[in-house]
Amino acid sequence: MTLLTNKADKIDRLAELTQSSESVAGTSLWREAFRRMRSSKMAIIGAAIIAAFVLVAIVGPMLAPHGPTAQNWRSEVFPNQGKFVGMRGENWFGLDHLGRDMFSRWLVGARQTLLVGVVSMLIGLIIGAAVGILSGAAATLGGKIGQRIDTVVMRFTDIMLSLPSLLLAVSIAAVLGQSLTTVMIAVGVVQIPIFARLLRGSMLVQGGADYVLAAKAVGIRRKRIVLTQILPNSLSPVIVQATLSLATAIIEAAALSYLGLGNPDPAVPEWGVMLSQAQRFFDNEPMMAAYPAIGIIITALGFTLLGESMREALDPKLRG
Amino acid sequence: MSLLELDGVKVHFPVKKGLFFDRTVGHVYAVDGVSLSVEAGQTYGLVGESGCGKTTLGRAVLRLNDITDGAVVFDGTDLAKLPSEEMRSFRRRLQMVFQDPLGSLNPRQNIESILSEGMAAHNIGKDQAERREKIKEILAKVGLPSNAMSRYPHEFSGGQRQRIGIARALVLEPDVIICDEPVSALDVSVQAQVINLLEELQESLGLTYLVIAHDLAVVRHISDVIGVMYLGGLVEEAPSDALYAGPRHPYTKALMSAVPVPDPEVEDRRERILLHGDLPSPANPPAGCRFHTRCPWVQETKCATERPPLLDTGDGHKVACHFTAEIEAGTVKQTLATGIEAVVATEAVAAEAVEVSEGDAEVPDAPAKTEEPATVPAQADAGEAERAEESPKA
Amino acid sequence: MALLSVEELSVTFTARGRKDATAVDGVSFDVDQGQVVGLVGESGCGKSVTSLALMGLLPRKGVRIGGRAEFDGQNLLGISERKLRDMRGSQLAMIFQDPLSSLNPVVPIGIQVTEILQRHRGLKGEKARKEAASLLDRVGIPDPDRRLKEYPHQLSGGMRQRALIAMAVACAPRLLIADEPTTALDVTIQAQILELLKELVDQEGTALLMITHDLGVVAGLCDEVNVLYAGRAVESAGRRELFAHPTHPYAHGLLGSIPRLDAPRGEPLNPIRGSINDKIAWADGCAFAPRCDHYTMECLTGTPELTEPRAAGHQVRCVNPVLPKAEVPA
Repeated sequence: MTLLTNKADKIDRLAELTQSSESVAGTSLWREAFRRMRSSKMAIIGAAIIAAFVLVAIVGPMLAPHGPTAQNWRSEVFPNQGKFVGMRGENWFGLDHLGRDMFSRWLVGARQTLLVGVVSMLIGLIIGAAVGILSGAAATLGGKIGQRIDTVVMRFTDIMLSLPSLLLAVSIAAVLGQSLTTVMIAVGVVQIPIFARLLRGSMLVQGGADYVLAAKAVGIRRKRIVLTQILPNSLSPVIVQATLSLATAIIEAAALSYLGLGNPDPAVPEWGVMLSQAQRFFDNEPMMAAYPAIGIIITALGFTLLGESMREALDPKLRG
Repeated sequence: MSLLELDGVKVHFPVKKGLFFDRTVGHVYAVDGVSLSVEAGQTYGLVGESGCGKTTLGRAVLRLNDITDGAVVFDGTDLAKLPSEEMRSFRRRLQMVFQDPLGSLNPRQNIESILSEGMAAHNIGKDQAERREKIKEILAKVGLPSNAMSRYPHEFSGGQRQRIGIARALVLEPDVIICDEPVSALDVSVQAQVINLLEELQESLGLTYLVIAHDLAVVRHISDVIGVMYLGGLVEEAPSDALYAGPRHPYTKALMSAVPVPDPEVEDRRERILLHGDLPSPANPPAGCRFHTRCPWVQETKCATERPPLLDTGDGHKVACHFTAEIEAGTVKQTLATGIEAVVATEAVAAEAVEVSEGDAEVPDAPAKTEEPATVPAQADAGEAERAEESPKA
Repeated sequence: MALLSVEELSVTFTARGRKDATAVDGVSFDVDQGQVVGLVGESGCGKSVTSLALMGLLPRKGVRIGGRAEFDGQNLLGISERKLRDMRGSQLAMIFQDPLSSLNPVVPIGIQVTEILQRHRGLKGEKARKEAASLLDRVGIPDPDRRLKEYPHQLSGGMRQRALIAMAVACAPRLLIADEPTTALDVTIQAQILELLKELVDQEGTALLMITHDLGVVAGLCDEVNVLYAGRAVESAGRRELFAHPTHPYAHGLLGSIPRLDAPRGEPLNPIRGSINDKIAWADGCAFAPRCDHYTMECLTGTPELTEPRAAGHQVRCVNPVLPKAEVPA
C-alpha cells in the first residue's frame, strides 16, 4: 500500500505531473506577439519579400551591370516602328525605348521606390501620431478644455479625410512642383489624418480601461499616465497601420509618378516613372511595363502580408 | 470622529447631446445624497444591485468621479474641495482594489513596474532598489512568490491577479482601502482565499475597508456595518448581525430573501419576497420614496410624494422608510402580493418606470463618442460609470 | 428509461498547431421527465461545453466528440444536422447566460417568437401573434402586445431573459437546458427567474438541465446534482444528500469556502488552495490532487473510479473521500 509513503515522494510526483502547465516567467505581450508571428507562414513570407526588396534597394544599384542613363544600345531599338529588344544574356530584362538596360534601371528604381515608401510613411506616422497623441491625451485626461481641443483637431482631420487622397496629392504636387520630394510629401500628408484618428481612437479606448482608473487611484500624474499607461497600449494598431501604409504609399507614389508628378531626372528612375514611360509602348513591348509593375505588386504584397499577420499576432483576443 | 465621513454626497452625470459642442439635456442621478461614516479599523460594507450607484460612490470618495455636491471628510479634510494636486497626494492614504483583476492591471507592465509606479509618484523609497525591497515584502504578505516581480499580468491566475491588485494598494501604506467587488470576478473556490487575505491584512495592518459588493453573503461575512443602497440612496444601515437578524426596510427584506443559500434545508423553508419589475432608471428616478414602484408594502399616503430620510430606529439601525414601525408591528398590510402570479399582474405599473432603464445617458468621462474608425472596438456609449457593475457576476 | 441519458460524453478541441484540449472527459448523467438536474462547477470544468455538445451547437471542425447522449431513444450525438435542427426548439431548447447576445438585435421580439411558432407549430398570422402574446404573458412580461413590437435593447436584462425563456418554451420542449440563466442578473431578478423555471417544471413536466456555478441556486432548485471538476463529474447525488454529506474533497471544500448569508459574521472560511490552473491530467491521477489537502500517492496513479462510499446513488470519484470519522471503513 502506497498510502503512507513519505511526503517528499508525494511532492516530487505532483511536481512531475504538473510541470507542463507552468508558464515561462516574464514574457511581455510584445515578445509573445513576436513569438506568434514567427510561427505564422504569412508573416514569414511577407518578411522574406520585404527583406529581399530592402536588400535589392541597398546593394542593387552597386550591382547594376550598366548605368541607368547609359543609352548603350540606342541603335538597336526603334520604338516608333515597334522594334524592341527583349530578354537576352547581356540585358536580362531587355532594353527600353531609349536603348537603356532595363535590369539596371529596375535595380536603381527599387531604391527610389523604397525611399519614397519609407519617407512618406514616416511623414504620415510622425505628424499623424503627434496630432493623435495630442488629441487623445486632451480627450482622455484634459477635462473640459481638453475635449474642446480634441473636437477642433478632429474636425480638422475629418476635413482632410474627406478630400480624395489623390486629389490632395495632386494639389500639393501642383504647388511644390515636380520632384521626388513632392511625391513623398504628397503621399505622406494624405496619411496624416489616418494615423491621427487611429491613435486617438485607440487612446480613447485605452483611456477608459480599468487600469488607467487604477493608475489615477494610485496617484500617478496625468502626463505619466498618458506616457506609461495609455500610449504603450494604444500603439499596436498604429504599428500595423504603418506597415500596411508602406504598401499603399508605394502604390500611391507610383500612381503620382505615373500621372507625371514624379521625379523627371532620368538618372534616378523610380518604378512609378518607369511604368508611366512604358505606357506609350505597351502594345509592342508589354514587358517594359511588367517589370516595374511586378516589383510594385510584390513589395506591396510583402508589406500587406506582414502587416496583416502583425494585426493577428497583436490582437489580444487571439492570445492563447 | 470617524476616519471617513460622507455627508450628503451627490454624483450627477450630465446627459449630453449635440453635434459640435455638447448640450446638457438631463442628468443621471447615480448617487443622490448619501451620508455614512466609516470608523477606523472597521469594515463598512456597501451592498446593492447593479445601477444603484455603489461603484460611483466608491469612486467619488477617491474623486475618480466628480462630486456634484456634499462632503467627503477623510481624517478631518474635506476631499471634495481639495485642489487636484493635493487630492493626488491624499490618494496615497486612500487606495482602491478593483473588480476586474486583469483589466485593472496594465498588460504591458511587469509586476515590479506596476507596483513601483505608485511608490515613485508619492516619493516612497529613495531609489528603485529600496522600492524593490518593499515590493518583495508586500508580495510575500499577499502570498505571491518574489519571482512574480518580473512577470506580466496575463501570466497569473485570477486569484493571483487580485493579490497583485491588493499589493498595489498596500505598497503605498494606505489607511483606507476601497474594495469594489473584490471577489465577484473570481471563481468560487478562490473567492475565499481573497476574502481571508483581506481579513488577515486588516488585522495585521489595522486597515479600514469600504467594501462594495452585490453579494450580500460576502458583505455580511466581512463587514462590521452594512449599508444597503437602492437607486442612488441608502435605504438601510445597520451592524452586520443586526441587519441579518432583522432587516427593516422592505427592499432589504426582499434582497435578503432572494439570496440563495447553499443548503437545501434553508432553501425549502424560506419564503421569498418577490419584487415587481426592474430597477427604474437613475436618469428618471421615481418621486418620493425611490422604492415605492416595487415595494410590496407601498401605501397610498406619503410613499409616492415624500422621500423618507434615513432615521435611526435604535441601536444604530437606520432605515429610510415612512412605515418602518407599522410594517414591524404588522399594522400595515402588504398591498401587493408577492407570488409569481401577482408579479405578472402588477408588473405593468412598474414597467412604465423601466421604459428608459437601459440608459441612453452619456456620462462625461465616457471616452468614446460614436465617431471612432472601424478598427477600434465598439464602445458601449451608455452609462460608463455603471459599467463595472453590469458585468456578469461569474 | 430516462428522457435524456448521457454516457461517457467527451469533447476534445483539436485546433491545428495547438495541443489537444479535453474540455469534457467522460461525463455521465440522466435527466428524467419533470426533474431538475444540476451540473455545477467553476469556469473550465466543462459544464457549458457539455450543454453545447448536447444541443449540437459545437463547431464541426476542430472538435472531437465521444460517448452517447440518448434522448428519447435517439443518440443526439449521432443524428443528422437536419434532424437535430428540427428537434431543437420543438423537443430540446436552451437558454443562455447573456440574453442580449442570444436575441437578434435588429428584429422585434414579436417576430422572433412568432418565427419559432411558425417553424415548429405551423401557426400563422394573427394566431401566431396571439400565441406569442400569451407566451410573454406567461413568463411574466407585462403588456405583452406592446412588448412584442419592441427590440431587445429596449427591454431590461430580466425582461430579456424572460423573452428568451418564452421562446424556449414556445413549443413545449421536453428538455430545457439552462446555461447560467441568472448569472448576469441581479439577485432580486434572479429570484423571479428561478421561480419561473420551477413553475415550468412543476406544471409542464419539462425536464430541466441546470448549469450553474452557484451552489445556492442548485440547493434551491435541483433534484439531482453533478459536481464537475476539470471535465469530469467528481460527485453526484440527490441535493439533500450532497449538501448534507459532501464527500469529494472538492465538493466538501467548495461548500466550506463559500460565505453564507446565514453564517455568523467573521467565521473563518476554509478556502481551497491554488487555482483551477493547478491540475494534472485525469489519465495521470486525480485532477484535483494538487489542490487537495489529503492526496496520497494513490491519487497520482491513474484515474480514480466512481464509487459509492456512503449511500446508494451517491457517487464519488475519489480514493480518499471525506467521511465522518465513524464511517471510515475498517
